[in-house]
Amino acid sequence: MSMNNQGRPSSAGETSSPGMATISGDRGLDHEEPLIFELGHGASGVDFPDVTVSDDRLGGMRRRGKIGLPGLSEPEVVRHYVRLSRMNYAIDSGLYPLGSCTMKHNPRLNEKMARLPGFGDLHPMAPQSVTQGALELISQLMNWLTTLTGMPAVAMSPKAGAHGELCGLLAIRAAIAARGENRRRVLVPESAHGTNPATAAFAGFTVDEVPAKPNGHVDAEALKAKLGPDVAAIMLTNPNTCGLFEGEVKEIADAVHAAGAYFYCDGANFNAIAGKVRPGDLGVDAMHINLHKTFSTPHGGGGPGAGPVVLSERLAPFAPIPLLVSDGNGLRLVEDRAKAPAGAKPFGRMCAFHGQMGMFVRALTYMLSHGRDGVRQASEDAVLSANYILASLKDVMSAPFGDGPCMHEALFDDSFLEGTGVTTLDFAKAMIDEGYHPMTMYFPLVVHGAMLIEPTESESKASLDRFIHVLHTLAVEARAKKTERFAGAPHLAPRRRLDETAAARKPVLRYKPPESFKEAAE
Amino acid sequence: MRYLPLTQDDRRAMLAKIGAADVDALFRDVPKAAMAPLSAFGLPDTQGEMEVERALSKLAAKNVAAGAAPFFCGAGAYKHHVPSAVDHLIQRSEFLTSYTPYQPEIAQGTLQYLFEFQTQVALLTGMEVANASLYDGSTATAEAVLMAQRVTKRGKAILSGGLHPHYAETVETVASLFGPIVRGAVTPGSAEDLTALVDEETACVVVQSPDVFGLIRDLKAIADAAHAKGALLIAVVTEVVSLGLLEPPGAQGADIVAAEGQSVGNGLNFGGPYIGLFATREKFLRQMPGRLCGETADAQGRRGYVLTLSTREQHIRREKATSNICTNSGLCTLAFTIHLSLLGEEGLTRLARINHAKANALADRLAAVPGVELVTPAFFNEFTVRLPKPAAPVVDALAAKGVIAGVPASRLLPQDKSVEKLLILAATETSTDDDFAALASALKEAL
Amino acid sequence: MSETRYTDQHEWIRLDGEEATVGITKFAAESLGDVVFVELPASGKAVTAGGEAAVVESVKAASDIYAPAGGTVTGANSALEKEPSKVNEDPEGQGWFFKMKISDKAEFDKLMDATAYGKFVESL
Repeated sequence: MSMNNQGRPSSAGETSSPGMATISGDRGLDHEEPLIFELGHGASGVDFPDVTVSDDRLGGMRRRGKIGLPGLSEPEVVRHYVRLSRMNYAIDSGLYPLGSCTMKHNPRLNEKMARLPGFGDLHPMAPQSVTQGALELISQLMNWLTTLTGMPAVAMSPKAGAHGELCGLLAIRAAIAARGENRRRVLVPESAHGTNPATAAFAGFTVDEVPAKPNGHVDAEALKAKLGPDVAAIMLTNPNTCGLFEGEVKEIADAVHAAGAYFYCDGANFNAIAGKVRPGDLGVDAMHINLHKTFSTPHGGGGPGAGPVVLSERLAPFAPIPLLVSDGNGLRLVEDRAKAPAGAKPFGRMCAFHGQMGMFVRALTYMLSHGRDGVRQASEDAVLSANYILASLKDVMSAPFGDGPCMHEALFDDSFLEGTGVTTLDFAKAMIDEGYHPMTMYFPLVVHGAMLIEPTESESKASLDRFIHVLHTLAVEARAKKTERFAGAPHLAPRRRLDETAAARKPVLRYKPPESFKEAAE
Repeated sequence: MRYLPLTQDDRRAMLAKIGAADVDALFRDVPKAAMAPLSAFGLPDTQGEMEVERALSKLAAKNVAAGAAPFFCGAGAYKHHVPSAVDHLIQRSEFLTSYTPYQPEIAQGTLQYLFEFQTQVALLTGMEVANASLYDGSTATAEAVLMAQRVTKRGKAILSGGLHPHYAETVETVASLFGPIVRGAVTPGSAEDLTALVDEETACVVVQSPDVFGLIRDLKAIADAAHAKGALLIAVVTEVVSLGLLEPPGAQGADIVAAEGQSVGNGLNFGGPYIGLFATREKFLRQMPGRLCGETADAQGRRGYVLTLSTREQHIRREKATSNICTNSGLCTLAFTIHLSLLGEEGLTRLARINHAKANALADRLAAVPGVELVTPAFFNEFTVRLPKPAAPVVDALAAKGVIAGVPASRLLPQDKSVEKLLILAATETSTDDDFAALASALKEAL
Repeated sequence: MSETRYTDQHEWIRLDGEEATVGITKFAAESLGDVVFVELPASGKAVTAGGEAAVVESVKAASDIYAPAGGTVTGANSALEKEPSKVNEDPEGQGWFFKMKISDKAEFDKLMDATAYGKFVESL
């Protein structure tokens, strides 16, 4: 089981008047923008000479037809993408209270360093003698990651958090096979992020859910009762997805190890404890670190990420290739499993080349800038800010676990909206009209209508106070059944609510030219 | 600390509101023994921008950038000129620092370019539908194999010997859990016959073109052989600029195309971040991994875009998802879209022709060097030569002289003695005649 | 004379002589939201009581549909492929999912009748 089966409204809802009509359809600085395919007209944004090539060395495979790509000049392309950009919310423009995402400031120095030609223009397969600076950078980053987590080793190649989860589970699978055992079951809390059970299934395991207790913590007794000789691992997030630190984590880890299993920790919430608590001290065997969360590499509208995985002593030998080793000649990547150093038994390769170097440069820049004291301060500020929000809102919003402190994120549910006709979805969409991106909604699944708020350490007190004031007022209005703001929100964004039902029932996933132009495209 | 806005006064006021004596009181659920003091972390303290820049610049200076020397490496990552507008545009705050477009009303910028990207990929590959990108070409190939296993309900995957070895290793690591992975023979310069390996247990055949040795392959025959047995053909492309000059995989019978998009819009970056392109037939739509952006309308009837068919994904299907993937390549995908928009049909076509012309000129030049033999008879911008002695030490020797001569095949296939003397070289629009001259003379000397 | 029973997973099963028709209840359809896709079982598929038989998807959710009783699938509602909205419009009529032959009537008899199901839904 354990699919997410809590649905919610997905149609666009009722229409209402759009306000003053303009001639162009644009409204002041808000522009409507067609697709590049609708704007293309055979111009070009690059200048290349026209060379002819013979068919001699093309193996008879020269392209016969047209591709159908639109052509525009540079000014047209620039204007098009600038106009598109202006329809986006971003952390540079406003607070993102997204629980579990850690939308912190993306330092600009990170971007400058990643673009140094010695990093940005370096080929992954250039002879290793000319890439020593890159290997040194990776080595320094590995040192930061292992030191902050108190773990002896780290696998750097995973391309994102979910990829790191897969890496960790495959290492666990290899370690178990090396012991001559065959364990197929993985225990996952019902509050876990969807990537956890998805990854476990991907790694060939079956998923067994562990319930949460009414206080939001994983049921340690239920978990221990599920341990057995067929359990390969548990996957826990700590702090957990309800924003709480699992205080029994060490006891759980000990029980898991005693049963011959491994402890995988989802590191998505590392921003609460970096520089304060070391997962290695909690018995963790493997933990991925989302560099795009804790270490500020930009979210870029959905990627790229990076998910290096720190590994315990018992899993370190199974880290995938390539492995970074140091010898008399300097640093070297070992890419051949047969040449792995003594004791290393890599389980395979996660992807081509060596990992997300572009994100490594950014993350190391962040770490060097903050220093260990800055990283620690950032975690403290993140936790402080979340608690400040919790303390300021729990009189009007319902916090199921609000009696005690939270970590870096505060969880609310929709009990305070009961009987008002306003749902979590409506509440969130009303925030858009107030100039805020909504918080994480309907996750974790263990509370109804969840609203998970993570401010991060990047918000000033003034920014937090402003946010609190808006949410407080929205909550009060909702409870008073003053629903005008909520019904059909957002009213002021570049688009009103979109019809997601139609998009799923009749998917249109690419531009198709009108019939009359189809011939030209073919 | 310059990135932390809270002052000590702020912190005091916030603690007072919370009713906590100090910030450690908020960590009360953490076992005391697990609270690490600052001294436990043997790491440097805060540094200013200037110091950090100095330290990183020193590291960068120890590397030889592709643009700093005669340079001929390919093997899955290619140096192309990215127009200046691309990097400017992707650094706009609203693109660089925005989140995944789960709130479509305030993310139409991201969603619209993803829709454009999906269309571009479908057009380039000649396929019906494409997703909003995966991590890179190698993981896209692995996902394609997993998808073929799901669609056909069979396990066996046949990988051509011309498939990039890193890609083959990635597929083995991930897909061997669900079926046997069979590798075809490595036959540099020719296309091995895989038809005898295809049977009723085969989920898919995976063929790269141009392959890792640069050979352009005709996929029709293997497509037919696969289909005759109910298997799918997965076509892999590691150099997408080749699609500006060559027949697309979709026109040759491919069922899934997995490609590396780095060549367009994205720098070499020592191996990442790159972009995985993934395209397939409409009938397989619901088995496709990764994000999908779809067109729809808002409550006022205006056209808009949303992420769609999310029920395939991890946050809904959880353990029954088509993949565990959560991110896509985001900003790299945008860079691809913008670069391709600047190129357009004519620009891409010209760019591809120039690439082939350069490689042609280089091949002729090298064939004239005594002892060097051209192995690849048909190629786009990358080919393989056989040297009279092992290629890896030659490449190292040339590197010491400031020429980055390409990728020795032995680096990709270290256990295969038969490829020891093979050197894989790429030439692009960035290569000059001076580069060719430098390579030819250095090679002559070394051999 | 047809009889309809209900499961605690919000499926209904209507027995008409030898043939049973299975679908989801109004309650289930409402909590899913707009249905966008239904994955139906193939004819001839053997199902057990409580075993997975179909999947129904809305935009934000996916739900397994379990066979209320054991038996063999004899046909599926292919109209749902083009019009999944029927599940929302008429979940207990035109929005049916599949037909089956049940192997043990006792399993059918054990299920809740309309009154019991109504009480069950109220208790949620």
